Amino acid sequence: MSDTTVVILPSPLPARPAPPGGFRAAPIPTRRILPGFGLTLGYTVFYLGLIVLLPLSAAFIKTAHLTGAQFVAAVWNPFAIASYQLSFGASFAAAAADTVFGLLVAWVLVRYDFPGRRLFDAMVDLPFALPTAVAGIALTALYNDHGWLGKLLAPMGIAVAYTPLGVFVALTFISLPFVVRTLQPVLEQLEPELEEAAAILGATRRQVFRRVLFPVILPALLTGFALSFARALGEYGSVVFISGNRPLATQITPELIYEEIGEHRIPQATAIAVVMLAASFVILLAVNLLQRWARSRTGEGSAQN
Amino acid sequence: MAAISSTLSQRSRASAPGRRAMAESPWVRRLLIGAALTFLILFLILPLAVVFVEAFSKGIEVYANALIDPDTWAAIKLTLLIAAIAVPLNTFFGVTAAWCIAKYKFPGRSILLTLVDLPFAVSPVISGLIYVLIFGRQGWLGDWLFDPRYPAPHWIGFAHGWWPLTFDWGPHDSIAVIFAVPGIVLATVFVTFPFVARELIPLMEAQGNDEEYAALTLGANGWQTFWRVTLPNIKWGLFYGVILCNARAMGEFGAVSVVSGHIRGQTNTLPLHIELLYQSPGTYAGAFACASLLSLLALITMVLKNFIEWRHGRAGRELA
Repeated sequence: MSDTTVVILPSPLPARPAPPGGFRAAPIPTRRILPGFGLTLGYTVFYLGLIVLLPLSAAFIKTAHLTGAQFVAAVWNPFAIASYQLSFGASFAAAAADTVFGLLVAWVLVRYDFPGRRLFDAMVDLPFALPTAVAGIALTALYNDHGWLGKLLAPMGIAVAYTPLGVFVALTFISLPFVVRTLQPVLEQLEPELEEAAAILGATRRQVFRRVLFPVILPALLTGFALSFARALGEYGSVVFISGNRPLATQITPELIYEEIGEHRIPQATAIAVVMLAASFVILLAVNLLQRWARSRTGEGSAQN
Repeated sequence: MAAISSTLSQRSRASAPGRRAMAESPWVRRLLIGAALTFLILFLILPLAVVFVEAFSKGIEVYANALIDPDTWAAIKLTLLIAAIAVPLNTFFGVTAAWCIAKYKFPGRSILLTLVDLPFAVSPVISGLIYVLIFGRQGWLGDWLFDPRYPAPHWIGFAHGWWPLTFDWGPHDSIAVIFAVPGIVLATVFVTFPFVARELIPLMEAQGNDEEYAALTLGANGWQTFWRVTLPNIKWGLFYGVILCNARAMGEFGAVSVVSGHIRGQTNTLPLHIELLYQSPGTYAGAFACASLLSLLALITMVLKNFIEWRHGRAGRELA
């Protein structure tokens, strides 16, 4: 790839047909025509380095000062292990729930018409737009013993607020839009011909969904799951209110890091943060690979944007 | 031949509900719509409704008193100030980064794209912590910030002009950056870093460079091309990114909580003030009154977002 010399970006518009008379497109120029490359690249790298990379590297450099034993003591003690179990477990469960409900919601919003569809479509963005602290106190008010939903669940012996279940509910709330918003464009772009062909060949609706639709939307579904999982793993604001923050029981890892900072145990907090960052980067990598896979499956055209 | 055509007709009769395989039966459809709406109402609408119900549960007077309280006012003003600094910084960066990443191809472009997204993958608590590691007492710059022999930055706000920092000599306490406004600004800039860039990059990639080339060919210089050609093309996407960035900047809790110090009336932003009221005895309804303000902000953001989508299609997607 002659990356350095390519100037004209691939346009998503279909190539113009050559005019009669054998006109050929101008050869790709060997230097950048559009001015401002050096300036914008320079500022982008400078600002990125100053705001993001330098502070993030501080976490890794600070941790590198710890001895191996200190690091292990900080990241692998009963409190930390309990917090990982809750954080990863609840985030995984929340992302799974979001995948199921997100598929249902996206499907209904794209495929069916019903009164209030646009309103509900808009509401899906609420967890993105609503500050996490507001979500936290609202969910706690809803699910505590006197809350509208908590009151109904209490006689059944189900406690949500101040239990791991509450953590799950908060994480499901805040990461719901990822699956819906990842799936919607894919469902909208599905070609009806695929389903028609399957139907004409005698497939039942269930077979069409399982054998034709599901494989096409699977990459988007997995991407949505991974994005939900990553978001849930780092979440703090909404969980801190509903979890009760009890060490060994309802404390998630970000809450543990916060507590360590509060007790001026900065090196320990940083060591746990590095573990979390590593986990996040692995998920980010997985998302990138998933998207590449999705692009290769759906062809360049539809996924190019 | 006859056999074939008879199997074909059988086939088509077998799937004669032919429609059936193309769409769900009406009752399945109703069931799915019902389930999805029940879920959305229970999970999204109820939490929003409970904020307003709790806010007014003690009457309109308690609600109004909570909002005109001086500490609430200080929190609102600080939140607006933080957003007024962080959003323009990230908007300028977003436009610059999008120009560089969307308009050119160069080695390392996809790595740069990933790095721009990086703050989204970082937990808010860690976003605050990394600034403590630099500016905190044990941090990289801690020796300088807390050594009385050197001048340390001191936040005075915008009351005295456009530059809000002074440098003080002599003994200074620990609230130079961390536990002060500059720390809150930095943490907010970090968590809202990708919003504008991420909105603009796909949009500008989809639009391509043709119009810019045309402008250059007709004799425009780089600035003219940007202001007269590129900016009008991306203005709605830009606006979209800015309102999302603003919503997050005003609502950020975790990162700001780590670096704020929670000083009532001084370093409490509105989300932190909500936490304080929520945990203090007797101000439960007040917490929800403040929360209702941020909920209104969220609702306005969603209305604007949908307005833009309705007018111009989902940024980038429908242009492609």
